[in-house]
Amino acid sequence: MLSLAIRHRFAGFTLDAAFDAPAGLTALFGQSGSGKTTIINAVAGLMRPDQGRIEAGGLVLSDSTTGRFLPPHRRSLGYVFQEARLFPHLTVRQNLLYGRWFARGRQGAEMARIVEMLGIGPLLLRRPGALSGGERQRVALGRAILSNPRILLMDEPLAALDEARKAEILPYLERLRDETGLPILYVSHSPAEVARLATTVVLIDAGRVTAAGPAGAILSDPATAPLLGLREAGAIISARVEAQEGDGLTRLGTAAGPVWLPQVDAAPGTALRLRILAQDVMLARTRPEGISALNVLAVTIRDLTPIGDSGMLVRLEAGGEALLARITRRSATALGLAPGQSLYAVLKAVSVAPGSVGIGSVS
Amino acid sequence: MTDWLTPAEWQAVRLSVKVSLWAVAASLPLGVLVAYALARWRFPGHGLLNGLVHLPLVLPPVVTGYLLLLTFGRRGTVGQFLDQWFGITFAFRWTGAALAAAIMAFPLMVRAIRLAIEAVDPKLEQAASTLGASRVWVFLTVTLPLILPGILAGMVLAFAKAMGEFGATITFVSNIPGQTQTLPSAIYAFLQVPGGEGAAARLVMIAIVIAMAALFLSEWIARAVARRIGGG
Repeated sequence: MLSLAIRHRFAGFTLDAAFDAPAGLTALFGQSGSGKTTIINAVAGLMRPDQGRIEAGGLVLSDSTTGRFLPPHRRSLGYVFQEARLFPHLTVRQNLLYGRWFARGRQGAEMARIVEMLGIGPLLLRRPGALSGGERQRVALGRAILSNPRILLMDEPLAALDEARKAEILPYLERLRDETGLPILYVSHSPAEVARLATTVVLIDAGRVTAAGPAGAILSDPATAPLLGLREAGAIISARVEAQEGDGLTRLGTAAGPVWLPQVDAAPGTALRLRILAQDVMLARTRPEGISALNVLAVTIRDLTPIGDSGMLVRLEAGGEALLARITRRSATALGLAPGQSLYAVLKAVSVAPGSVGIGSVS
Repeated sequence: MTDWLTPAEWQAVRLSVKVSLWAVAASLPLGVLVAYALARWRFPGHGLLNGLVHLPLVLPPVVTGYLLLLTFGRRGTVGQFLDQWFGITFAFRWTGAALAAAIMAFPLMVRAIRLAIEAVDPKLEQAASTLGASRVWVFLTVTLPLILPGILAGMVLAFAKAMGEFGATITFVSNIPGQTQTLPSAIYAFLQVPGGEGAAARLVMIAIVIAMAALFLSEWIARAVARRIGGG
């Protein structure tokens, strides 16, 4: 658990942020220049805030009222930077062992297991100069984990990579989140990354925290949609693989009802997270018939938020999960939508990623 | 080799090598520290320190030698103190020649090392500190290995400069055969006497060979290090 409350004045910009990051992956989301990197650097001790207090796992890292400020090397935090920052004069193996050497005496993650998890076994004897961008970032991840940190800090670790390399790293980040149990503070300005990885979301705008809470609730909140960008607005819900059906479809169980997706390669019982973009949800007053869509959920309207010139964001509830639909204001009027109404939501597209939305819902 | 060179010539060569090696070795720790301070720290007097380090490069060597004589000579304040308390004498000794050579070569050494330090990405040092390395460990495990080529280049340059130092040395410690008569002083002395051209020519050849060897060595080291860091 990380608790932070800091104030720092820059020329023409004041950072004033406070939030808690529980176990799981806490995404600090905001536009460039919103102060995300400053916050993560304050946690790492690379920057000393004017005022405030930062505490991680029961250890006070800095506190302006007592003047306490632990230097970075005494904080036991693993920091993965945007550029891998591997030491060019050391081999991959030496890079991996670098932090571990200073952490001697403390029991740390097992080298072989981390190397296997990150798939970097064949690279151990090479030098960073001979690695691809994706390989470098995986080594940087391993180096941070092996330093046996209290918390992992990641500052846009995928931003410098192309789409193919991102797709290569994402599964490793998911495994890290689900298998190591380390709290992760993850800075990002990509809604897709946040939706895929975060269990907790902290929205930062112009140096201030505008919303913070469980990823499912924050991402389906209409108020956060403008920050995420309308195309990226949507909900994430927890699912579990129930059965592989004969015709190549996989049945997933969610609190909102069953969802069928084309062949999800996972054993029954596997926890998954589904991302359903607001623009991919259609609404109907009656259960639609004669329609090709497979996934229709019974939902209740929680609230309606006008957005843009002609749009309407409809927050829906289904079995305790929140969904978000983006329709036109004209349709909302034509259907006579009002909070509390029962409706049917037709899902046009669902994307799926491993892992659960909230750490708490993994049994 | 001894029959190729007369004992007097041989003595001058050996003394020069000894003086230069000592000059480089003794000034290296201070050189690295000053280069690091100039490259990485901002403090009052930064400009003054920089100027002071570079002064021997622009002052006439005779002036530097004279100032050394005033400071480190038998009657000089520092010279007297060192003589009485530590038994270290610089005036008219080979140690004085090493001191003069070290001071004259210092700017070259510091410049080379400072450039190397400035080329090290501070982000790497930050990364090392987040991995648990204190400032000293960051320097020893990250900065130092990365600036090693620069340090070697600085050492070779300083050695070559020390081998050639003449003005400050002869002013400070004179030209005593076997004591303070280095290679350049010996060449100068041979040229002052009739028939000394042969000996002078042989010493000139040796000076050229040593200088060329130093340059090749530094090139080779730099390339070997670059291969190690850049390659797979």
